[in-house]
Amino acid sequence: MEIQEKSDSELASGLQDNFIEAERKLALSHKILMRVEKPARYIGGEVNAVMKDLSNVQVRFAMCFPDVYEIGMSHLGIQILYDMFNSMEDVWCERVYSPWVDLDAIMREEKIPLFALESQEPVKNFDFLGITIQYEMCYTNILQILDLAQIPLNAAERGENCPIVIGGGPCTYNPEPLADFFDIFYMGEGETRYRELLDLYKECKGQGVGRVEFLRRAAKLPGMYVPRFYDVTYKTDGTIERFAPVEDEIPATVCKELVKDMGSVSYPVKPVVPFLKVTQDRAVLEIQRGCIRGCRFCQAGQVYRPVRERDVENLKTYAMELLQNTGYEEISLSSLSSSDYSKLPELIDFLIKECGERHVNISLPSLRIDAFSLDVMGKVQDVKKSSLTFAPEAGSQRLRNVINKGLTEEIILKGAALAFEGGWTRVKLYFMLGLPTETQDDIRGIAELSNKIAAAYFETVPKEKRGGNRCQIVASTSFFVPKPFTPFQWASQCTKEDFLDKAYQTRVAISEQLNQKSMKYNWHEADASVLEGVLARGDRRLGQVIRKVYEKGSIYDAWGEYFHNDRWLETIEECGLSVEFYTHRERALDEILPWDFIDCGVTKEFLIREWKKALAEETSENCRQKCQGCGAARFGGGVCVESR
Amino acid sequence: MWNQDNLYLEKGTYCVMRLRIKFRKYGSVCFISHLDLMRFFQKAIRRAQIDVAYSEGFSPHQIMAFAAPLGVGLASHGEYMDIEVHSVTSCKDVMESLNRASVPGIEITSVKVLPDTAGNAMASVAAAGYTVRFMEGYVPDETVLTKFLAKEQILITKKTKKGMKEVNLKEGIFQLKMMGKEIYMLLDASSSGNIKPIHVIEALFSDIGEVLGEDALFITREDIYTNVGSEMGNSQFISLGEVGAGI
Repeated sequence: MEIQEKSDSELASGLQDNFIEAERKLALSHKILMRVEKPARYIGGEVNAVMKDLSNVQVRFAMCFPDVYEIGMSHLGIQILYDMFNSMEDVWCERVYSPWVDLDAIMREEKIPLFALESQEPVKNFDFLGITIQYEMCYTNILQILDLAQIPLNAAERGENCPIVIGGGPCTYNPEPLADFFDIFYMGEGETRYRELLDLYKECKGQGVGRVEFLRRAAKLPGMYVPRFYDVTYKTDGTIERFAPVEDEIPATVCKELVKDMGSVSYPVKPVVPFLKVTQDRAVLEIQRGCIRGCRFCQAGQVYRPVRERDVENLKTYAMELLQNTGYEEISLSSLSSSDYSKLPELIDFLIKECGERHVNISLPSLRIDAFSLDVMGKVQDVKKSSLTFAPEAGSQRLRNVINKGLTEEIILKGAALAFEGGWTRVKLYFMLGLPTETQDDIRGIAELSNKIAAAYFETVPKEKRGGNRCQIVASTSFFVPKPFTPFQWASQCTKEDFLDKAYQTRVAISEQLNQKSMKYNWHEADASVLEGVLARGDRRLGQVIRKVYEKGSIYDAWGEYFHNDRWLETIEECGLSVEFYTHRERALDEILPWDFIDCGVTKEFLIREWKKALAEETSENCRQKCQGCGAARFGGGVCVESR
Repeated sequence: MWNQDNLYLEKGTYCVMRLRIKFRKYGSVCFISHLDLMRFFQKAIRRAQIDVAYSEGFSPHQIMAFAAPLGVGLASHGEYMDIEVHSVTSCKDVMESLNRASVPGIEITSVKVLPDTAGNAMASVAAAGYTVRFMEGYVPDETVLTKFLAKEQILITKKTKKGMKEVNLKEGIFQLKMMGKEIYMLLDASSSGNIKPIHVIEALFSDIGEVLGEDALFITREDIYTNVGSEMGNSQFISLGEVGAGI
């Protein structure tokens, strides 16, 4: 008993930091939380979640990832912005995720307004609702968020007391299908202009000038696209006739925002650590932004130009602080192509040494397979349990030249042989079907390349060393969806029938290979790829489709079991639009594209040049080999100003 | 082997100390599952920089054992976790650093060093005490309880992996009494005869012809006990928190 009493008094001193907060009142009752799957999705209160004293807060920002908690919590971008906002004294940024379908039904029935996790207070009382738009198939979830929050779906219907709904993320590079639902789209990286935007908001609020005037002033800030101040007219063939601002001082083009020097922005070294096991259940270290490679199908490779590295000494400090502040048992590097980070060996040596002592695992995605990476991977993972991943993306060298994927068969086979020598037996291969100019030979190439890799195993590993095992080559194909701001933005997308025929051809070709017993083939579902194509290159008229589909009951389209393809097709037709127009139609080079008013850094001239080179099967060097004059150099940062 | 200033045992001597950590779980964190709570502590122990022992093998894990899983939605004043450590400065330090690494609602209330002879937290469990708070209008009458306890058998059907199974709760209800508007119960919590408090409440209410869901109750586990009695039928329960000593 004595010890116990002593402990209690000591407790008080140890608890000061963590227990100032009285029990937070949850938005959902005990009864509801006991009825839903994984109630921990809705309670907040995680390690490093930020609580603030409301008396010091002037701007309340709800930051939303419109998908289920486990997906949304795995996203680095939200953690970066959460950290940035909460470092501002006058701002409290809280998180919001999509309620899963079980809670969705209860909230509708009981009219419970959507709440933010930290304060558990209704989102409708916030100043801003920021929504990150990461993939097209989440568009109905955005309407779910607005609806559950009891915010009118269309921006035009919102009153003075509604939060300002602001969108960001990769899909804003064609925001037009969502134009009706957002007050503002923030183009580009969030670190640069939010402070100015919030100050403008406070100023406007103080002056009592009203919502529309705030938006008008916001539209004049760099990087801000306010759809209500732009008007679109269409030609009789459905293409755009004119896209222009409706007021004099509203800029005709919106240029993306970009952090010039990665050393000038902070890093979220105290990210929120979820209780639930989420998709990305590890500490994440962003080593660079952008990519030097210029693969012609890849939107990220174009819109995040130029490549900007983070300083290796900073990264070492961040890594140690991250591990100390989170307690994670794994750390992962994040970038579009980690092998291109110039100080990678130094960083990995450091991590191997420090993490080894702390029983922390290292995860290394997006590494090119070569002697260096195999050596490193052999050190940090169990070779027998892990598999190697190559992404040739196309089956033949000809088609790889078209897409400017600089991975040759020789490099792949050499890498695979090295890997087999090192003890790996499982290889994953990623390909795309439906790329521009694709022929039956290219499709056969997928099977042939897989076969050659299997053959390399039998050639490299002598029979006595195989231990009765064979290798396992898993080839997966996804369907190519042309994206805005890529050289393929004018390309025709395959129809569903084309896609399925191509997958069938691949399957047959694989089954005809000599080593087919060591090979497996997976392909994606075609319906979602077609719809993704519609939304990716769609225009403003799709807003009514998204709204109608949502009103018919669709949410969680990204989750196969909740995706109702028929509903989408039927609604597109009801609205007098066509899937063919947005996907299969090849666009003329002089057509006004819905996203042309955005300046993402790379110029249209560059994209046209690359499109023509693609059709001529010509490759382009990467940014470090030779500048291709894409236009991003005018930002004056990263690889464009590195001494080569 | 001890060094009084900084108790330390060389790694590789196979000599490690076992610590018994008692904690409370209340408020919103009641909705965290047992599995997630384990993951929470694995991270908290790293944040607190406790010199925890790891298992051998390619993917080593912290050596950690919990007394008895607590159901989702239940609060507790007496949860236990045993961990193995290579060194500690004092029990007080461990408690304070773990509390600094914790979140509101998960609160360490004592840390003790276990004697070599003590069984691990899970194997020691014999009984658990619970209080049940009812939503308004559902508080049962004292006489209902008396009648309930006078029954020779208290049968319920339990869902198991193999189908439905009839179980007699009577033997495993060590105590059951009204405490104001709440019910206190001491139940068998051993691996062979564990009884969930909700089962008792359901049986009680079905006797008076009412159905009461788990969502109409607030259940708090008060403590977990081990049996130090000599034989069966001669049980003597002491709290798991009374085993061991502070340093």
